[in-house]
Amino acid sequence: MNQWLLAIIAVVVAPFIGGILAGIDRKISARLQGRWGPPIVQPFYDFFKLLGKSKIAVSRVQLVWLYGYLFFMITSLVLLVLQQDILLLVFMLGFAGICFVLAGFSCKSPYSHFGANRELLQMLSYEPVLLLMALAIYAQNGSFMISEIFKNNTPLIVPLWPIFIALIYVLTIKLRKSPFDISTSHHAHQELVKGIMTEFSGPYYALVLLTEWYEIVLLLGLVSLFWANPLWVGIIIALAAFVLEMFIDNIAARMTAGWMVKVSWAVGLILGVLNLAYLYLKKGVL
Amino acid sequence: MGIIHTSRIKSPWIMHFDNSSCNGCDIEVLACLTPLYDIERFGIVNMGNPKHADVLVVTGAVNRRTARVLKNLYDQIPDPKMVVAVGTCACSGGVFHNCYNILGGVDKVIPVDVYVPGCAARPEAIIDGVVLALQKLAKLQGVAI
Ligand code: SF4
Repeated sequence: MNQWLLAIIAVVVAPFIGGILAGIDRKISARLQGRWGPPIVQPFYDFFKLLGKSKIAVSRVQLVWLYGYLFFMITSLVLLVLQQDILLLVFMLGFAGICFVLAGFSCKSPYSHFGANRELLQMLSYEPVLLLMALAIYAQNGSFMISEIFKNNTPLIVPLWPIFIALIYVLTIKLRKSPFDISTSHHAHQELVKGIMTEFSGPYYALVLLTEWYEIVLLLGLVSLFWANPLWVGIIIALAAFVLEMFIDNIAARMTAGWMVKVSWAVGLILGVLNLAYLYLKKGVL
Repeated sequence: MGIIHTSRIKSPWIMHFDNSSCNGCDIEVLACLTPLYDIERFGIVNMGNPKHADVLVVTGAVNRRTARVLKNLYDQIPDPKMVVAVGTCACSGGVFHNCYNILGGVDKVIPVDVYVPGCAARPEAIIDGVVLALQKLAKLQGVAI
């Protein structure tokens, strides 16, 4: 019963936190660019406005995939909050990403297809790193359960700092920040129109925004796991990582998709594999 | 639905379409996005995508080629939508009004809500135009702005 309550609270509260974080994101970005910026609650205005717009669906399948995107994102958040299996969480997150890609592919617009292709490349670059993270946590704790992380007194960031750096990389890709702002072109409206988002309009775009808010909370939750005891240190680390992303976003130029795959594999996979190998060497397994 | 009506006023996303302007007005529209005028303060974001837009900002007189494109873009914007014609050309055809290829102002093709005259229209006037459009929308919905 308690677990149900926790899950429901997480599902209800997460969008508010995510929306506020998105607002802070816009405010800080504006300040970094020498502008005043919108109010912090601006994302909520955008959300409700989009809900009230007329519905233009370009294909029926698109809606199924969009609801799937939301559903699997909420599922992975619930898995995190209930301290379940982290491997399952990573796969659920991957499933959510695939749903989004299929939503992009489900209509005939070339921009949307282009964006979906690039979203696939993005997944290709971050999924292996997330998987390595799950494996490294297993190597450290001997269990995939997130509840085991909370029982451990040494924070994960000490033995797993290379993976942590790789995770910050993944965070940049997942939040669609600048060097990797590839599939949606949030800031480059002239190229690709809006990428994979092009064909989502009105309430359906609001659905995508909602899912992105869940995603922000989920990812920052994953980052905070690296200092789970006490958790408030982890949360501060996660928020610091979030602010760091904003700085990266504003100082970096957009790069190409091929470059993204190369760099994230070079950084993420090498750091991840070395870290994993070290953990096993220390245990004397290899 | 009070919150939706208020949000409509607070978050107008604009799309800018250039018919056959001399680019004078386009530069002024883009100037609104710079730190000096910073229209994002009012929640205004420049969208390149008609499907996400609320306010269509049109510059330049309509010619025979762009009339079809303009109509198409207008139809792709989900309701409720507003149209702001920026510059004398967009209002009436301006200096190009009796060229062989010019149909006239934007209102020859799509309904226009606000006319912003000027050659080129100043950024302050453009922002004022968008705010006027929002006031019109607020009045239609009966919300205070
Ligand atoms: S109104 Fe003047 S500045 Fe604007 S497009 Fe026409 S000629 Fe150019």
